[in-house]
Amino acid sequence: MSMETDSPPMDKSTPVLIIDNLSVRVVGAQAVQYVAENISFEVKSGETLCVVGESGSGKSVTALSVMGLLPKESLEASGGAILVEGENVLTAGQKRLRELRATRMAMVFQEPMTALNPVEPVGKQIDEVLRVHTPLSKTERRERVLAMLDSVHLPEVKRIYDAYPHQLSGGQRQRIVISMALILGPRLLIADEPTTALDVTTQKQILSLIRELREKQNTAVMFITHDFGVVAEIADRIVVMNRGRVVEVGRREDILSGPRQPYTRMLVSSVPSLIPRKRSAPAGEIVLDVAGLAKIFSEVRIFGRGRTVTAAEEVNLNIRRGEVVGVVGESGSGKSTVARCVVRLVNPTSGAIRIKGCDIAQAAGRGLRRLRRHIQIVFQDPYRSINPRRRVGDSIIEGLINFGTPRNQALGKARGLLRVVGLDPDVIQRYPHQFSGGERQRICIARALALDPDILVADEPVSSLDVSVQAQVLKLREEIRDRTGIAVLFITHDLRVAAQVCDTIVVMQRGRIVEAGPAEQVLTGPRQEYTRALINAAPGRYWDFQNFRPLPPS
Amino acid sequence: MLAYIARRLLATVPVMGMVAAIVFAILRLTPGDPAAIIAGDAATPAQLELIRRHMGLDQPIHVQFLLWLGQLVRGDLGLSLISNVPVMGMIADRIGPSLALGLSTIVFTVIIAIPLGVIAAWRRGTLVDRAVMAFSVFGFSVPVFVTGYLLIFFFAIGLGWFPVQGYKPLAGGFWPFYQRLILPTLALSTIYVALIARITRTSILDVMDEDYIRTARAKGVKESTVFMRHALRNAAVPIATIVGIGMAMLISGVVVTESVFNIPGLGRLVVEAVLARDYPVIQGLILLFSLIYILINLAVDILYTVFDPRIRY
Amino acid sequence: MPANGNPIPAEALREKPLETAPGRQPGIDSAASALAHFKRTLRRGPALAAVLLLAVVVGVAFCAPLLGTTDPIAINPALRLKLPSHEHWLGTDAYGRDVYSRVMYGSRISLIVGLGAALMGVAVGLLIGVIAGYIRLADAVLMRVMDGLMAIPGILLAIALVSLSGASLFTVLVAITIPEIPRVVRLVRGVILSVRSEPYVEAAISLGTRVPTLLLRHMVPNTVPPLVVQGTYIFASAILTEAILSFLGAGLPPENSSWGNIMAEGRMYFQLRPGLILYPGILLSLTVLSVNVLGDALRDALDPRLARRL
Repeated sequence: MSMETDSPPMDKSTPVLIIDNLSVRVVGAQAVQYVAENISFEVKSGETLCVVGESGSGKSVTALSVMGLLPKESLEASGGAILVEGENVLTAGQKRLRELRATRMAMVFQEPMTALNPVEPVGKQIDEVLRVHTPLSKTERRERVLAMLDSVHLPEVKRIYDAYPHQLSGGQRQRIVISMALILGPRLLIADEPTTALDVTTQKQILSLIRELREKQNTAVMFITHDFGVVAEIADRIVVMNRGRVVEVGRREDILSGPRQPYTRMLVSSVPSLIPRKRSAPAGEIVLDVAGLAKIFSEVRIFGRGRTVTAAEEVNLNIRRGEVVGVVGESGSGKSTVARCVVRLVNPTSGAIRIKGCDIAQAAGRGLRRLRRHIQIVFQDPYRSINPRRRVGDSIIEGLINFGTPRNQALGKARGLLRVVGLDPDVIQRYPHQFSGGERQRICIARALALDPDILVADEPVSSLDVSVQAQVLKLREEIRDRTGIAVLFITHDLRVAAQVCDTIVVMQRGRIVEAGPAEQVLTGPRQEYTRALINAAPGRYWDFQNFRPLPPS
Repeated sequence: MLAYIARRLLATVPVMGMVAAIVFAILRLTPGDPAAIIAGDAATPAQLELIRRHMGLDQPIHVQFLLWLGQLVRGDLGLSLISNVPVMGMIADRIGPSLALGLSTIVFTVIIAIPLGVIAAWRRGTLVDRAVMAFSVFGFSVPVFVTGYLLIFFFAIGLGWFPVQGYKPLAGGFWPFYQRLILPTLALSTIYVALIARITRTSILDVMDEDYIRTARAKGVKESTVFMRHALRNAAVPIATIVGIGMAMLISGVVVTESVFNIPGLGRLVVEAVLARDYPVIQGLILLFSLIYILINLAVDILYTVFDPRIRY
Repeated sequence: MPANGNPIPAEALREKPLETAPGRQPGIDSAASALAHFKRTLRRGPALAAVLLLAVVVGVAFCAPLLGTTDPIAINPALRLKLPSHEHWLGTDAYGRDVYSRVMYGSRISLIVGLGAALMGVAVGLLIGVIAGYIRLADAVLMRVMDGLMAIPGILLAIALVSLSGASLFTVLVAITIPEIPRVVRLVRGVILSVRSEPYVEAAISLGTRVPTLLLRHMVPNTVPPLVVQGTYIFASAILTEAILSFLGAGLPPENSSWGNIMAEGRMYFQLRPGLILYPGILLSLTVLSVNVLGDALRDALDPRLARRL
């Protein structure tokens, strides 16, 4: 059966995908547990429907149900219908589903680094789609694959054809996955967070690629994301999901400027703006002074080719009391390295890091330990930042105990700190796995504050959190900063978060500082090319989420 | 890629050196006079003195080590204490039967175990899978000689299909040669098959959970093709690893099996040497077996490059 | 904000949190739930049978004198090689000793060897592994040594060690344990290396925690589950190795009635009295089998992800 691109022109008004009252439940649970309940929405050809929701909302499960890829041992579709071009895929047999995949409907997943078979050249993997579904000859197939590689704007297509996945970057791999999905011109493309794992500049390219291909082939695109910036950028219509149910469906303008459901309102307004608020210039003594910081990693090998990686070079910055300095950059920019050098989790190759006058880069032994009191760190992954085997209270007071505080006193302080971060002091007895991600991050903040440090280093502290939780944690941080005057070094890749939180912004690229200055100036009037590119790549730049309206032109 | 092979080759040298050091240390570090141990209980003081001088025991220890290493590299493994025959020669005489048994076992194991593991993974959770897993635990737990004797009991004594013990070299005709190898091969392979079948199964199942398997399914590829083309090739590396590591077990097993079935190979030589406390022979055999093990693992490392393009550099 | 009451594990949802959080299995983190899982596994057939069998063997080892046995080393040449009878339930061996008694007492030796090797192997391996994992310089040297040890087939190493230091329970125990140590070291080192870069360890460092406390409180506990599992496998392997050593004549002195010795002595008379090898052999196999099954059950309970790897 030939499933080529020239299928009969669809009636524009009939949706390509209709999900009607779909429910998905857990297999074999004693009491019925729904992961998704009564989901209904549709996608028309040529339109992009964004499915937004936080983690646990059921959006991925819905997508997998359409493709028939639910993990059979744990989940099953238990009700409703899914119509792809009028055909119910829930009742189609395995054989029919296989025929439909890649020909009528295709899916692109989140992690490009693991989506490709590592032991086969990528050209062959794309070729497989043609081999399974078409009667084309070997040369014909190769031509089509090369043409496809060209249309996803990959350079040197012949070389890429024979390359292995590990020789390609994340963005390139994602283009390969898109090639596999779209080469047969399916009417429906499902993209499950396809750009979340990519840098913002790469994300921009991939988003425009998807748009371009959609226009060419008139595909219906179901785009799953948690990032409202992306939604504002590409959506025609929006479906909002929460805890397995559909909360609201509507056109982009309607949802973003006038959401009707309280959950949607809350979600949209939690997205930070790219324009920073007006802030007074920080005045106060300098608590952290970094001068000439450099970190070079070198690999020792017996046979030649020992690689050296310059993670950071010539880094100069300082932070005053009460100031929040943001370090922004893409992956590989060196921002994390700087953070970890400053806290002496990594030994800098050269440079001075002075905390209230004392150089922590040169300190050792007892002196180093004493200096550690003054600078604490909060990490990105709340699930791995706390020892799972110890009670939360013990984790919080660990620093205090190390420096000689008696246990009872320390526990009292811990209870106070829990209150400060908005948690009930009685949870001091519990274990980490009893808390959610946002709560664990609060516990980490409490732990960091226990030693009354002068400086708090926050390494992507909200990147792993849902946007509503993120808003709360950021607000908390603001309160703490106001109350204690603590200085914060805030590492992030997300310009919106930086805009909301930082007084000063430092932009890094490939280990060097590219631009630095007050947040307002850097974000609204950047001087450097790279900074401009970063800001331009931020999706949804022209929307003011918190006020439900487009940004007034500056 | 050649650079990779060269690197792996060179990496075996320090390991072999370490083995030599350990073997050397074992003798030197045990309580008692090394010369007396070598010479045996019936040596006269004059003989002991001679041995001490020959072994260089009056010299500093690192000199002794280097002297000994020098001998090794030249292929001089010393003389047997009992028969005064060069150890190297003894090894050369007895290596044939062990090689035959070893090769026969490896071939049999790989042919049986890997397909078993594959089938168990393909039919995961069914009776077939459970049966293979149960067999594997059993195979692990029964010592080689018990399996050997059980086999002899049923097939040789009971049914009379095979001779109870003994060995005939290939020169005397293939069937007599192989007939006597069947039971020992079966006995020896049991553990090995159990281990490899199990690891094959788990390696494949691990791979089936990877993201690229989901991508393959999303392309509309048949489940059997997903299994064969995508999963198996990626599972090849851990499977090859365990085949290599299992060789160490094989070598130990050869020693016992030759004892049970009265095969005049290197394994029996070990036993005889131990009973007679013929230390140079024991030492030489340990070095030889270790070298074989290291070379086999080197071969596995090189085999990786065929399976996994990421490892070619 | 209420604690997350959603009971559905993230795995079933197939949704990764915004950045992938590898290996998060809610609930498995606490020892209590692992124990509950283990108890559930025990209630099912194979593990239950294994535990019962082991209990029997342990019972036999402890109560050997009370089980109708006679002196296992009492020689009685007049009663050589008798078939099982009313006085001698499993017959007699080449020296006229009661086989049943010897087999019963043999269980003691096997269990002592198994337990001793497991405990020693785990203890020494843990120490070396922690050092290798934490101190980079020591790592290079130690791992070379371990590589060398692993290259020497275990039986041969054990044989060499025993033949040099004379055969006694202690030397045999040490000889059996030493070849098992490299694998434990590898395991521990692997865990330490991977845990070292975990954020909670880094947090502890920046909180001023000293190295010994850091190791003991944050890193070593992660080694406990795989060590327990490996310990049971060493237990089984040690029993087997002792039997093989004795069988080859390089094990315990013949007065000890270990199962291996019984089988070694029974070799010559195999065609006449196969029971001399088969009775202790089968009992040995069943014991080792039970320990292996138990080890599997432990592994399933302690780390479901590890379970599918071996």
